[in-house]
Amino acid sequence: MVSIDVCGACVNFPIFDAKTRSLKKALLGTVGRAGGKIGMDAKVPVIEALRDITLSLRHGDRVGLIGHNGAGKSTLLRLLSGIYEPTMGVSRIVGKVAPVFDLGVGMDPEISGYENIIIRGLFLGMTRKQMEARTEEIAEFSELGDYLSMPLRTYSTGMRVRLALGVVTSIDPEILLLDEGIGAVDAAFLEKARERLTALVERSGILVFASHSDEFLLELCSSGLWLDHGQIREQGDLRTVLSHYKGKDPYENLSPEALTRVAEATR
Amino acid sequence: MHPRMGTQAWGPQNARVPSRTMQYTAAAPEITADRALSSRSWSRAFGDLRAGWQQRRLWGHLGWQDIRQGYRRSVIGPLWITISLGVQALGMGLLYAALFGQPIAFFLPYLAVGLIIWQFMASCINEGAEVFIRNEGLIKHLPAPLSVHVFRLVWRQLLFFGHNVLVWAALVVIFRTHLGWGSLMALPALAVIVLNGAWVAILIGIIATRYRDIPPVTTSVVTLMFFMTPIVWNYQDLISKGGPGAQRARLAELNPFLHFVEILRRPMIGQSFEPRHWVVTLAITVVGWAAALLILRNYRARVSYWV
Repeated sequence: MVSIDVCGACVNFPIFDAKTRSLKKALLGTVGRAGGKIGMDAKVPVIEALRDITLSLRHGDRVGLIGHNGAGKSTLLRLLSGIYEPTMGVSRIVGKVAPVFDLGVGMDPEISGYENIIIRGLFLGMTRKQMEARTEEIAEFSELGDYLSMPLRTYSTGMRVRLALGVVTSIDPEILLLDEGIGAVDAAFLEKARERLTALVERSGILVFASHSDEFLLELCSSGLWLDHGQIREQGDLRTVLSHYKGKDPYENLSPEALTRVAEATR
Repeated sequence: MHPRMGTQAWGPQNARVPSRTMQYTAAAPEITADRALSSRSWSRAFGDLRAGWQQRRLWGHLGWQDIRQGYRRSVIGPLWITISLGVQALGMGLLYAALFGQPIAFFLPYLAVGLIIWQFMASCINEGAEVFIRNEGLIKHLPAPLSVHVFRLVWRQLLFFGHNVLVWAALVVIFRTHLGWGSLMALPALAVIVLNGAWVAILIGIIATRYRDIPPVTTSVVTLMFFMTPIVWNYQDLISKGGPGAQRARLAELNPFLHFVEILRRPMIGQSFEPRHWVVTLAITVVGWAAALLILRNYRARVSYWV
């Protein structure tokens, strides 16, 4: 069973500039300390991106991550995926993580669409055979037709996003971590993508989705986690947390279609 | 531990800024006691290597991709690697053979093989120093083990080596170099060199992410070592000639690169087996891996912060 446990985790980023990255200065610093300082502070400044994060996620959790820009949402997602191990505290991740922070990471502009499907899938933890089995449905979904045999550099941005979205929504993730960018597609395609995204989320063991879009959050997630200045401000039912974060009930701003979708999702 | 259902509220806190002594959920105390979760542990270090090996389909594919990349839209493609090495070997070989009065039939294969081996080692070291720095984007976007990047690098260099070996094959045919059964020692020799390429990349690569002076320093040292290693000069010849030149040539034995070149070059040009080179290289392999594993254990988790 998949699980993520984090206890008292902190993520501190050291800020290196040219001085603190230099081996020469580091060595001279130690020599100088014997006879007196060589006029440079060797301490490296640190940014505390996350402080005292404690949470437990289990199979079936659908968490919406909310907070202002710079609150640490992306950093928390990276902590949960294992990219950053906590500088203090502990984290334990059980299960295969599919991080979707950048739709097109690992895609190579020089190779064809078909080959990129395979590569992107390999990066997401799938095997070549699994990706080959999915190629046809991805091709159909992305509506790219003959372009799939062309190198990726001939695609427009929209086409690349369609292809990347197609690949990303075809995997079977145990733990799915989505960062906000995934919502940024054109409206017409969004309709088609929405269904696939919902299906993807249903297949996932755990979902953590960072977003500013209330609609998406309410549709896909059931719990909310409000991150403020690197600390967890509130955890709980999504609608409650969103109300506290926004200052009013999020349902007020949803369009009727969105409301029906949300109602269906929470059924 | 209460089960978590999708639509129920979870967690004891609500609408309250948590204080320093936050109430932990039931799972937390047991994981703080778990020593194996520490970032600085041998199990994580070995786990990294194991997981990296398990992803061999990914880096195997990427390594091939790296080679094909450079030769898109070209007709001859990756064969250019072989041709350029062949041209270099031919040019240098003819010149130095004339300068030092060496027989071409011996010197040309000697030089070509030396260059091929050096190319592999130098690239593993130079690119190894930058392996994590170059892959910053992937490291920060994907929770992959660090060793994936190292294995991709070594695999890519092995593929280059495979292309360059065609030059040696051609020379063996042209000069009818006699290769006995002893030449099969080339295979374990290659394996030893590959193993060393990996630990060097891990060790220097991790340190270089913290101290960015390391890559240029490494390149300079490697360039210097090229001249100190008998690739374009034949040290056995100097020794056999005797005199002060022989004494200085013997100092070359202090150069570890010499031993690595010799264990592979000797079988490839049909020379006899020399155990002392193997002793040195195997010792370096063990010590090197021990050092790399220590650095991996201590700083593996820091690389994504430093890079």
